[in-house]
Amino acid sequence: MLNCKQAAALMSQGMDKELGLFQKMTLRSHLMMCKGCRNFNKQLAFLRQGCRNFPSQGS
Amino acid sequence: MENELAASNSSGGLDDELVSLRRDMFKFARLQLRDDASAEDAVQEAMAGALAGKKQFNNRAQIKTWVFAILKHKIIDIIRERARSPGTAISVDEIPENAYDELFDDKGFWQEDSRPASWGNPEGSFSSQQFWQIFELCLTRLPENTARVFMMREMLGFDTDEICKELAISSTNCWVVLHRARMGLRLCLDERWFNAENRNAEL
Repeated sequence: MLNCKQAAALMSQGMDKELGLFQKMTLRSHLMMCKGCRNFNKQLAFLRQGCRNFPSQGS
Repeated sequence: MENELAASNSSGGLDDELVSLRRDMFKFARLQLRDDASAEDAVQEAMAGALAGKKQFNNRAQIKTWVFAILKHKIIDIIRERARSPGTAISVDEIPENAYDELFDDKGFWQEDSRPASWGNPEGSFSSQQFWQIFELCLTRLPENTARVFMMREMLGFDTDEICKELAISSTNCWVVLHRARMGLRLCLDERWFNAENRNAEL
């Protein structure tokens, strides 16, 4: 069972490399139960999108 | 670009646009390189490269996308150059290991008041100039090397292996740094932007 701190670290790692099957499974079951971490996960994706848009902002 | 430049002589409008484009480029380069002189070099070269390309553009957004693509390459060149010169091993443990511990309880679950709340439809913020000011402010607040690793990954599109190689850090270190950078940036945006009460606070 993952706690939120571990889940957050895994979600972040998942932005940089393919997680292992076991990691994916434990993360998925944590996310199913944890709204806070689901929000966190969406926010990570948003940060990435923000960084990609950052250079051309305001054009 | 040539035609655009020619047109600028009669209207003056494009001159202003080039000045503002140049300013944006410089800001972007300085954020990545944290050094005015290198940032200036990168912008000069990118501008020269863009003008030499003699591409045709229909609007400012196209020009901007084009010169920023060139600028990114120049910044990447400078980062690689730096990595090759000796004595540039960087310290990446600027954000301490326990920096975000207080967000979690002693079992590692989110504390009630720090559990991430929904940001709604955050993409709507992309059209706000003020949002981008805060985004930049939050990036600037990250410690220098942490920000550098993060921006290499997220803005310049390096993969982590390459970042490790260029900066001579271990891949574990690299992930840890990226994670802390994301925690910091998320928290800053959460406090400064998505918590609307703080939006109008002094930047």
